[in-house]
Amino acid sequence: MRRYLARRLLQAAGVVLFVTTLSFALIHLAPGDPIAAALSGSRVSETVRNQWRAEFGLDRPIAEQYVKWVANAARGRLGYSFSRRQPVSDVLRDALPRTLVLALPALLLSFALGITVGVLQAERPRSARDRWLGRVLLALYSVPDFWLALVALLLFSYRVRLFPPGGLTDPVLYDYMSPREQLVDRLRHLVLPVITLTLLTAASVARYQRGALLSVLPSAWMRTALAKGVSWRSAVRRHALRNALLPVITLFGLSLPAFAAGTVFIEKVFSWPGMGLVTVNAIAARDYHLVTAGVLVMSVMVVIATVLTDLAVAAADPRVRLS
Amino acid sequence: MTAPLLEIESLRTYFYTDAGVARAVDGVSLRVDAGETVGVVGESGCGKSVTALSILRLILPPGRIEAGSAIRFEDKNLLEMTEREVQRVRGNRISMVFQEPMTALNPVFTVGDQIAEVARIHAGMSKRDAAAKAVEMLKLVGIPAPEQRANEYPHQLSGGMRQRVVIAMALVMNPALVIADEPTTALDVTIQAQILELLADLTRRLGTSVLLITHDLGVVAEHCTRVIVMYAGEVVEETITTGLFSAAHHPYTEGLLGAMPRIGRHAERLATIPGTVPPPTAWPVGCRFRDRCQYAWDRCEREHPPLYQIDVAHVSRCHLAEEPERRAHPHPPLAAERGASAA
Repeated sequence: MRRYLARRLLQAAGVVLFVTTLSFALIHLAPGDPIAAALSGSRVSETVRNQWRAEFGLDRPIAEQYVKWVANAARGRLGYSFSRRQPVSDVLRDALPRTLVLALPALLLSFALGITVGVLQAERPRSARDRWLGRVLLALYSVPDFWLALVALLLFSYRVRLFPPGGLTDPVLYDYMSPREQLVDRLRHLVLPVITLTLLTAASVARYQRGALLSVLPSAWMRTALAKGVSWRSAVRRHALRNALLPVITLFGLSLPAFAAGTVFIEKVFSWPGMGLVTVNAIAARDYHLVTAGVLVMSVMVVIATVLTDLAVAAADPRVRLS
Repeated sequence: MTAPLLEIESLRTYFYTDAGVARAVDGVSLRVDAGETVGVVGESGCGKSVTALSILRLILPPGRIEAGSAIRFEDKNLLEMTEREVQRVRGNRISMVFQEPMTALNPVFTVGDQIAEVARIHAGMSKRDAAAKAVEMLKLVGIPAPEQRANEYPHQLSGGMRQRVVIAMALVMNPALVIADEPTTALDVTIQAQILELLADLTRRLGTSVLLITHDLGVVAEHCTRVIVMYAGEVVEETITTGLFSAAHHPYTEGLLGAMPRIGRHAERLATIPGTVPPPTAWPVGCRFRDRCQYAWDRCEREHPPLYQIDVAHVSRCHLAEEPERRAHPHPPLAAERGASAA
């Protein structure tokens, strides 16, 4: 176990360094720079621009800038966001929690829902129930996320005014609410984006879970369970599900960093300024430090998720040994 | 005479596959009396395992037990029971020991849990009592350090140990009947004898009847009082075990006996039965064994033989029962000639 963790940590450092290096190089090699992007259309002369570039050290060779950035990042200084005119760490401190508060409930709900639906389908393969659930899932699976988000907005915010159309809080009244009302307001703003994200993800989880279950149902130990007098239902839910959860746990591990990276389209439709929007805007603005820092956060998430997945698989499958 | 413990009457289990209807079990009748060990022998594909699974109604689609079949156990027809009622029989009054101890146990549960589950379902035991019962059962089947073993997973045990676990699981509720489907086929030869001895010893002590499915006539000779020979989804011969070895009637049984290695009898090569079991989607009309039979004549092609009474407690599905003189004129079977011309 200790050796496993040590090796994992070493791997993690390598991965993070590699990914940030790559993204640092890529964003610097892209045409344009933060100064040009920030001043596009304005009539600031090239001399002034160059002066600013020198001031921010953007005229130095990439390698030198990179070494500086790594040295600073190692001390927890992630640089300055040109487009937002504030330290990168401040930008992340705002955006990351917003993404997590949206992503974590959606992730947990979607796996709970997806696994349940997968079990309901696999319990009676090719039954009417299986076929109808399969159709709904296929529809959800094929629909673009922004479209579903827009439909959700249209139905439950515009037609029926159940939920606010977007944002984190009520733009006007929030400051005048009691703490209790503020909490309710925040939750109400979460409902539509969380549900949209949950439905979209649950569709693929359910398809995965159904497939995983169907592949273990013909196992000899299923027949043993039935021969012991276990009902089909509990044979599926107890014996088969424990075995069929392994691929789904891996899927969960893969989804975790993707969710933490933010879901651009959902964030856009629901005006939810999370990691996805921040990163996309930063790329457009050639905001070197913000982009690299965003990638850094995501690669750390990937590493954490991988370790968690390994631990979860080892806990669920006694045959897996961590070494 | 008391009613038999298990009585199967014209059991037909068909599989509706894309290749046609596979009549895997096609009119099998047999009975097992209390305390008796009955052997069922035959090659692979002759319907032994499907018969076993049919008894507990463990046939899954596209398989189906056809109407007109009856499986009477303790005076109740298992085929007329609701699913819930059958669940109360499975693992409780009738239990099964499967062929592959490698895969018959669930890899993600401890062996103790898997044994305890039976006690929890059928005896409604608490978790703790069931766990204690599991340890007791592991001790009964001769597993050393049962307290520790109970907490281990199947992959931590050897094949022989796992089969002991499967046997422990089958005997938790002290069932009236154990169906053992080739319980030792997947094990090392040295372990095979131990496992069979264990099963025989325990069932003798508990008074349990055993339906022992095997393709090993040596096993039958040692453990069974009666033997049923199956071929192509049918019973072709049934007799008491001693009678089988001294006076086998059906040519198929003769073939099986000839294919058996024996100590003290020198042979360059073991005899084999030419040809293979025909596919269950297309059983031949007439006698199903005729292409592989060295006595077959025109009647075998036309007329499906019934079970002829040969002796007391001895039946055989062969027309030789009515025309015994033909046994004096063997000829190379059709399948052998076909094989020779193909070679």
